[in-house]
Amino acid sequence: MGSSELKRSKDSVSSDESARRSSFPDEVLERVLSLLKPHRDRSSVSLVCKDWYNAERWSRTHVFIGNCYSVSPEIVARRFPRIRSVTLKGKPRFSDFNLVPENWGADIHSWLVVFAAKYPFLEELRLKRMAISDESLEFLAISFPNFKALSLLSCDGFSTNGLAAIATHCKNLTELDIQENGVYDKGGSWLSCFPESFTSLEVLNFANLTSDINFDALEKLVGRCKSMRVLKLNRSVSLEQLQRLLVNAPRLAELGTGSFSQELTIREYEELESTLSNCKIMHTLSGLWDAKGIYLPTLYPACSNLTFLNLSYAALQSVELAKLLAHCPRLKRLWVLDTVEDKGLEAVGLNCPLLEELRVFPADPFDDEIVHGVTEAGFLAVSFGCPRLHYVLYFCRQMTNAAVATIVQNCPDFTHFRLCIMNPGQPDYLTNEPMDEAFGAVVKTCTKLQRLSVSGLLTDLTFEYIGRYAKNLETLSVAFAGRSDWGMQCVLGGCPKLRKLEIRDCPFGNAALLSGLEKYESMRSLWMSACNVTMNGCRLLAREMPRLNVEVMKEDGSDDTQAYKVYVYRSIAGPRRDAPPSVLTL
Amino acid sequence: MSTPLEHDYIGLTETSSMERSSEKISSSSSSSSIPSIEDKTSKTANDTCLNLKETELRLGLPGSQSPERKLSLFGKDLETNDNKSNGFAGSSPLKNLVSGAKRGFSDAIDGSNGKWVFAMNCKSEVELAKGAVLASPRGGLDSKTNSQQAKTSVSVMKEVVGVPQSPKPVQDKNNLVPPVNEHASAPASKAQVVGWPPIRSFRKNNMASNLTKNSDEGAGCLYVKVSMDGAPYLRKVDLKTYNNYMEFSSALEKMFSCFTIGQCNSNGLPARDGLSESRLMDLLHGSEYVLTYEDKDGDWMLVGDVPWEMFTDSCRRLRIMKGSEAIGLAPRAMEKCKNQN
Repeated sequence: MGSSELKRSKDSVSSDESARRSSFPDEVLERVLSLLKPHRDRSSVSLVCKDWYNAERWSRTHVFIGNCYSVSPEIVARRFPRIRSVTLKGKPRFSDFNLVPENWGADIHSWLVVFAAKYPFLEELRLKRMAISDESLEFLAISFPNFKALSLLSCDGFSTNGLAAIATHCKNLTELDIQENGVYDKGGSWLSCFPESFTSLEVLNFANLTSDINFDALEKLVGRCKSMRVLKLNRSVSLEQLQRLLVNAPRLAELGTGSFSQELTIREYEELESTLSNCKIMHTLSGLWDAKGIYLPTLYPACSNLTFLNLSYAALQSVELAKLLAHCPRLKRLWVLDTVEDKGLEAVGLNCPLLEELRVFPADPFDDEIVHGVTEAGFLAVSFGCPRLHYVLYFCRQMTNAAVATIVQNCPDFTHFRLCIMNPGQPDYLTNEPMDEAFGAVVKTCTKLQRLSVSGLLTDLTFEYIGRYAKNLETLSVAFAGRSDWGMQCVLGGCPKLRKLEIRDCPFGNAALLSGLEKYESMRSLWMSACNVTMNGCRLLAREMPRLNVEVMKEDGSDDTQAYKVYVYRSIAGPRRDAPPSVLTL
Repeated sequence: MSTPLEHDYIGLTETSSMERSSEKISSSSSSSSIPSIEDKTSKTANDTCLNLKETELRLGLPGSQSPERKLSLFGKDLETNDNKSNGFAGSSPLKNLVSGAKRGFSDAIDGSNGKWVFAMNCKSEVELAKGAVLASPRGGLDSKTNSQQAKTSVSVMKEVVGVPQSPKPVQDKNNLVPPVNEHASAPASKAQVVGWPPIRSFRKNNMASNLTKNSDEGAGCLYVKVSMDGAPYLRKVDLKTYNNYMEFSSALEKMFSCFTIGQCNSNGLPARDGLSESRLMDLLHGSEYVLTYEDKDGDWMLVGDVPWEMFTDSCRRLRIMKGSEAIGLAPRAMEKCKNQN
């Protein structure tokens, strides 16, 4: 504490401020600011004056870095000396859909090396779309004795060996959350690496992994970790095994079941039912792989306090869903597959008046064989019954402008509106007009809109609407839309809060790209792929805006004048040095 | 009505892009070598399908492009019409006749060589061409709206797909996927646009196996063929999606109404308003058609005699036959019913 006080007096500024400071000691300011959590508020605080900047940086324990290349680990460590928890995001979002080359970057290792030196007491690391090797995981496990929480979402590059290292060395681990990653699953023995003396685990999510795990080890682990509140199993865990686990963990707040389709005897069914009925405080339920309708009733008693139900891996029919939802009156978030169809969504509208978030995923996105799925009717039904709906992700094969207009009238509080009409460029199927008016209605009516994904046949008019009305929009995803540069120019010219713009397969060219010159520094990033942007355009952008990194991903054998994939982001770390040969930094 | 004309992303817009459209196209053709697993598998699928298409027997001039079922307004099941269905006399030639009809339709599309032209890999073009074609009619049928809409959709489709007017991109497309390939790729694994729809790999991989499991166990659906005497093609229905005869009959009625319009009117029944639930039954019982099914034992039975669950359990396929042929059927059905009772 003494050395830090010395530092602060070194940082002192004018005598005016020192007079003010004496009546408001730094310690108090720091104490007050330490209660401030949201990172955006902290950013605002740091801009007030130099004293506040310093108080803020000394009191900050969690840092959120939305783009790992926007800053270097050294810069972070220099500014924030007392970090205990780091959230890092790496690759552009379209890497989730295979649009980013394998070896693009976002490797965590260089960060870990700096952290090991500067933050030896690091406790939490949450990574999204980063590349992590087993060596990095082992390095992490060994370098931070206080390490508590590891969360990996949509990352890749590691195998279960890395998880074994974490299990072996992290004596104080409370959270291990492995979600939707590209994990090389070498088998389930990593679970056995938790020592017998290890009891601190509160969150365990290995639903991502595919191979069989050592159930005996898992059972013992769950048995001795009395504080466990989140347990998400993978598909290899059977119903009977689930029942055995739950007997030891009735206080679970979040449960992800394994496979929900074993052949059960009557007695086993009743046992499961009874065990589940003890799980009264459960608020999140997921998993339910291969769920068979006949076993769903065992869940009913556990659903009374459910606020989040994730059925996106259970191909339920409408009737099954309706029956289940009748027991979930408190539901706020629901994820389903479109096998439930419009009828299932009608049941949602009828049974879930408190619903705030709905995600409908396509069961067969690539197959036209089977006529399943949801239409505008289902979405309408939900909007009539769930006025609090503010987050939607909806995959469908048909939509109309009129339906969307009605939907947003029913639910004007949308903050996240992600509509994916799966056939690219499909018009309103009743009027055959573009879907411009649909998204126009969304941006006009939903003034709180933060995130928008558009689809269907769209002209520049959609983007005129967005630029003019979407005053709070931060993230915009566009695919197969627009007619000319004007569309993108409208967005860049409007949307004062725009932070992330991702565009694929649109007719936007250099004029559009360059119209955002001033804008990009206030944004996190811009992605444009399969548009009409050229290398010359990108070079011009890079030349005019030195504080932007302009990266072009080359395709083998492609035309050298076209910029097929462009990723532009602001950075105070300068151009990155770890780019693979296929990525050109201009 | 505003039409989506000139929806061509290669240099035909009024954009002030600096490059020539041809350059864009050539770059997009070379971009087809995006290294992704999906590309490789669909390419293989393309190749396989191409071979199958070339050896398929069909009516029509050699070298004429076989229209894919995906381009058909009326059904995807024609190609699944296995040759075991010997019970249906004349089904094979009927199928080929339909092919002719389809060809005409697809000609309309091919004639203008209208396909979505995007500055991206050729496979996505293929996909989008089909996607555009698919869009409206499927929507029209799926939502069980009347065939009026479906018909409107057809003309829209032609309009929508016949969009790129300029010959320039068309010619430049020669260095992309040749048309034959595009058609050929339809029946097998659908040619995929890379990264579309935007679903994470983990979800994609796990949903697929999830559903395979379901269908293997037969829990999900129960598809049976429905034929109607005099109709040029069959339909398939999923019996599991209906809960009783009334739902089923109204669905069938919608499906086959285009063939019964004449009968409707001549019987004085309104063509399309306020459906009464058992209209098909009325229609069938009252006039020329009878709904029959083949049960597990291979016998042809009259639909409606047994409880719904029993019917779905035993029904193997359906036939809407002309009343004149069904005269001998009913008594036999009644007898069997008595025996079962």
